[in-house]
Amino acid sequence: MQSSNAINYDYTVAKYFTVATIVLGIVGMSVGVIIAFQLAFPELNNLAGEYGNFGRLRPLHTDAVAFGFTVSGIMATWYYIGQRVLKVSMAESKFLMFIGKLQFWLYIVTVAAVVVSLIMGITTSKEYAEFEWPIDIAIVVVWVLWGISIFGLIGIRREKVLYISIWYYIATFLGIAMLYLFNNMEVPTYFVAGVGKWYHSVSMYAGSNDAMVQWWYGHNAVAFAFTVPIIAMIYYFLPKESGQPVFSYKLSLLSFWGLMFVYLWAGGHHLLYSTVPDWVQTMGSIFSVVLILPSWGSAINMLLTMKGEWGQLKENPLVKFYVLASTFYMLSTLEGPIQAIKSVNALAHFTDWIPGHVHDGTLGWVGFMIIGALFHMAPRMFKKEIFSKKLIESQFWLQTTGIVLYFSSMWIAGITQGMMWRATDQYGNLTYSFIDTVEVLHPYWTLRAVGGLFYLIGVFMWAYNMYKTATSSRAIEKEPQYASPMA
Amino acid sequence: MFHWLEKNPFFFAVGVFVVIAYAGIVTVVPDFMESARPLKGVKPYTTLQLAGRQIYIENDCNACHSQLIRPFKSETDRYGKYSLSGEYAYDRPFLWGSRRIGPDLHRVGNYRTTDWNENHMLDPESVVPGSIMPKYGFMFDKSMDFDTAYAEAYTVKKVFNVPYDKPGMPKLGTYEEAKKAAIKEAGAIVADMKDQAVKDAYKKGDIKEIVAIIAYLNSLK
Repeated sequence: MQSSNAINYDYTVAKYFTVATIVLGIVGMSVGVIIAFQLAFPELNNLAGEYGNFGRLRPLHTDAVAFGFTVSGIMATWYYIGQRVLKVSMAESKFLMFIGKLQFWLYIVTVAAVVVSLIMGITTSKEYAEFEWPIDIAIVVVWVLWGISIFGLIGIRREKVLYISIWYYIATFLGIAMLYLFNNMEVPTYFVAGVGKWYHSVSMYAGSNDAMVQWWYGHNAVAFAFTVPIIAMIYYFLPKESGQPVFSYKLSLLSFWGLMFVYLWAGGHHLLYSTVPDWVQTMGSIFSVVLILPSWGSAINMLLTMKGEWGQLKENPLVKFYVLASTFYMLSTLEGPIQAIKSVNALAHFTDWIPGHVHDGTLGWVGFMIIGALFHMAPRMFKKEIFSKKLIESQFWLQTTGIVLYFSSMWIAGITQGMMWRATDQYGNLTYSFIDTVEVLHPYWTLRAVGGLFYLIGVFMWAYNMYKTATSSRAIEKEPQYASPMA
Repeated sequence: MFHWLEKNPFFFAVGVFVVIAYAGIVTVVPDFMESARPLKGVKPYTTLQLAGRQIYIENDCNACHSQLIRPFKSETDRYGKYSLSGEYAYDRPFLWGSRRIGPDLHRVGNYRTTDWNENHMLDPESVVPGSIMPKYGFMFDKSMDFDTAYAEAYTVKKVFNVPYDKPGMPKLGTYEEAKKAAIKEAGAIVADMKDQAVKDAYKKGDIKEIVAIIAYLNSLK
């Protein structure tokens, strides 16, 4: 194998997407903090008329963090990892370089269109698929360009064997492509009727079918945006940063194919006790529990990679990010299956326990992994040491505190509200009116918003540290082999 | 086999696709026709109701309100009869929601009136002290978009054979006929409202968003 220093990797596109990750992270999470405070202090809804209330901002938050922050992070790491594990530089192909840049700029235009349209209330209402058809088309083009980039780079690779991370990037590409296309099947009404708004469309599916397709999509968008590509990252960055080889190839094989096989069945757990067929619900429930195996397979593989090297947790804050990320991955992939058990779901569904679960996964696992990944890339992309180790340390602890505040308050809020909805007095009448079950949540919602704010402040610290690293940190002469240099 | 796949990206990708694709087919396809069938007596939305539904979507009401009553006593006591699949046959998209920050609305038309809704949309706390719902006063100023509602009704009739203009079903007709019908239907709601500006606008043929969304909420039964 050639030494990685022999090839001059070109990180232009990776740098673009790094900036996008940070900017969109700040946008998406700021909106998240605003809407969290709106629940606790509803008068905040009235600051910007119809454009500033919870309903308009909520999809902006979810989409900006999922398809802004996370997807940018996926792209940034792809344009970094892809070259390195395939042992080929982007500079070697003018075509691929052009595709990469085109993908980036088209992506930015699409994101801008999404932000404007969601605030305007232009939405299909389907969660994480709110975009109307013109934006859908742009998204498909961006995605196809990414596909060209992946398979183009694979086509000119020097390293013949695809490293584990590449498996996961390929799966991300295929999975999202399939899900997105089928869930967004819609008929533009203007072209049929000739009147009305030109961008309006109507779903190809109705009622229970629409719900089935949506949650097949919704759940697996989580799989292929929040899980699969993040595993691609940890399989690269944890061994790289720690200098430890991946614990087990067989375990990575089992977890990969297991995850691919099992994940797609689990969407039904969003529809328990709904009007979709009973057997679909049962399948969703069972496969969700089976999903623990491949999920924990990956996480355990990562933790065992650190076997005998736990001292690094004290020395290296980036390893801390990765290890805590895989720990949150384990927590989240245990919590999800528990919520998918029918009797638990009867209590948990429609309550704050669900967003609580989503956020221990996204803040703890996705967020920490992307932050840690980009920190590792920075010294190699900018040829400078990381600006401040102290700042990373404080960021880590502030954000960890934020996550704990967030999910613990949401667990309590969710279970409290679920219990109050079903509480009856000695005569069998409902004990609480609905508004009682809302008012009781005020302290938890305040705590959750504060937790989110901690996390957001951490993101600003990260942004500052990255900015200083790129602009005014000390230059390094030789690329570090393992642990990232930091001042 | 896996070692071979890892050196052959094309077959690797095909393998991944096969493994991820068929779960969707197996879970969605078998009962598709069955799940699409309307319950007897369920009717498609009138254009006014459809305009209201579009306003509901535009403001993401479904971010906080579900439209799915689960078959538990605590839910049927609170919201009414549990939901049935065939009731949703004309819902494109479905609006079940995923979080009840506010109460379920699937049968809200059974127990809330035009008057209550008018007060509530203007200032939720005037009828539900402690409510955290935003105020929707702007719906009293904005005019509803009849054209897009008509376009949607016309599209689902043409493309998905939604039974408009069939015996016992709502009439759609031509654009002009549909508009006349929507104005007439709106009149009944405006008559029950007290906001003078909305009434004045209606006299000039201008239907405000609030009228359409109340028509939609009243239709949820």
